[in-house]
Amino acid sequence: MTVEQSVLRRTPLFEIHQEAGAKLVPFAGWEMPVQYDGIKEEHIAVRTHAGIFDVSHMGQIEVEGPGSLAFLQRLVTNDVAKIEVGGAQYSLLLNEDAGVIDDLFVYRLAHDRYLVITNAGNHTADLAQFGLVARDFDVYVRDASANYAMLAVQGPNARRILEHTLHVDLPPRMKVGARQIGRRPALVCGTGYTGEDGVELLIDPEIAPAIWTELVDAGVVPCGLGARDTLRLEVCFHLHGNDLTTETDPISAGLGWACVEATGFIGSDKVAVLRANGIDEKLAPFVIEGAGIPRQGNPVMLGEETVGEVTSGTFSPSLARGIGMAYLRSDLAESETELEIDVRGKRRTARVSSKPLYEKER
Amino acid sequence: MTLAEASYPEDLKYHPEHDWARIEGDEATLGITWYAQDSLGEVVFFEGPEVGSEVSKDQPYAEVESVKAVSDVVAPVSGEVIAVNESLSDAPEAINADPYETGWLVKVRLSDPSEADSLMDAAAYAASLE
Repeated sequence: MTVEQSVLRRTPLFEIHQEAGAKLVPFAGWEMPVQYDGIKEEHIAVRTHAGIFDVSHMGQIEVEGPGSLAFLQRLVTNDVAKIEVGGAQYSLLLNEDAGVIDDLFVYRLAHDRYLVITNAGNHTADLAQFGLVARDFDVYVRDASANYAMLAVQGPNARRILEHTLHVDLPPRMKVGARQIGRRPALVCGTGYTGEDGVELLIDPEIAPAIWTELVDAGVVPCGLGARDTLRLEVCFHLHGNDLTTETDPISAGLGWACVEATGFIGSDKVAVLRANGIDEKLAPFVIEGAGIPRQGNPVMLGEETVGEVTSGTFSPSLARGIGMAYLRSDLAESETELEIDVRGKRRTARVSSKPLYEKER
Repeated sequence: MTLAEASYPEDLKYHPEHDWARIEGDEATLGITWYAQDSLGEVVFFEGPEVGSEVSKDQPYAEVESVKAVSDVVAPVSGEVIAVNESLSDAPEAINADPYETGWLVKVRLSDPSEADSLMDAAAYAASLE
């Protein structure tokens, strides 16, 4: 434990988290805040007001050059040609067997220039894959992670407070724009991982503490990775390492919509076969009917038969119920199917649900 | 909300697994300490044992869960469960807010009252956390 902690990386906001009394834990090689005052309160703050997350552990890879589009079409699953300059797109990085190496956001910054956001735990594997594939294209690939601190500001009041506090004009949802923040160049992205409106800021690490403090002083609630996880699971966003791994494929994961086989991406042949022939297992969200909180690894039971496994499970602060996602035998992955989850030896009734598990009242 | 400051009442006996016992004659009330609830975070679920079941010293008898983690609750003394704090099924957060009073977990009838002699007093327990 001591040895591990000594090599953990720290974001530019580490001292701020520590001084604020956040609970810091090892996460994907980084020492990150899991919570400040409490996961439930932080979760509710994002659903009803505005919260700020330090996600500087996430990686950035720059792709530049005349072969950028062709390179990304080969590398990632979605149709990159559909992204206009200033646009954003969710995509997957697959291996030849259609196993998911990572899930990513691709931002198009200029005609021949893209920025790809990676998950901290996969950044090294992603870079290796980018480097390998880049050999066949006229493209320049660079690890840009050290250039950016990344802050996610999320919630129904996030945009209003940001505009008011930083005097910056924000791009719409799923768009990215180059801006000045703290008199330094920054990227502002209309993306997030909470199911709420908001933006993600890619800023100079040097000014990150000042920007964080300014937003917190303006009433944005500091949030940890604990709330980030409950927020994303309520809206059924995948977490790589849980719901996606190199052993899972995009079709079983319900991410066929992010795969355009005609672009010829690595793994596309396998994806086409899975799409055409059908799949044995399917990722489905569920809600626990009474007491109990499902956890990753819990078996899903139909009578005495094991029919799946929970890949993400938690307590939903919005629903005040145990919720999760599980890979289920395909015929059972239908909304309203009643199953049981074996939670450490206790059977808990679960009902398969449609996505998302939490939806704002409109 | 959680109780902000650590506190370890003088009238309780403490087990190294961060559980307390309030011993009154041949009965004891059991719960988890301030340190335990603070480490765990906001408790969102507690399911106690059945009334009439037996708990054994040093053995887990229930689980408390926060949003992120589940933790075993270890019995500081042995005995028969004579009451379970039913109010915790609706308001498990009492374990954070008031771990020694409204956040109690179970009451037991002691099967071996001499077991209490092996438990720590408040000062020894607080020192063990240093």
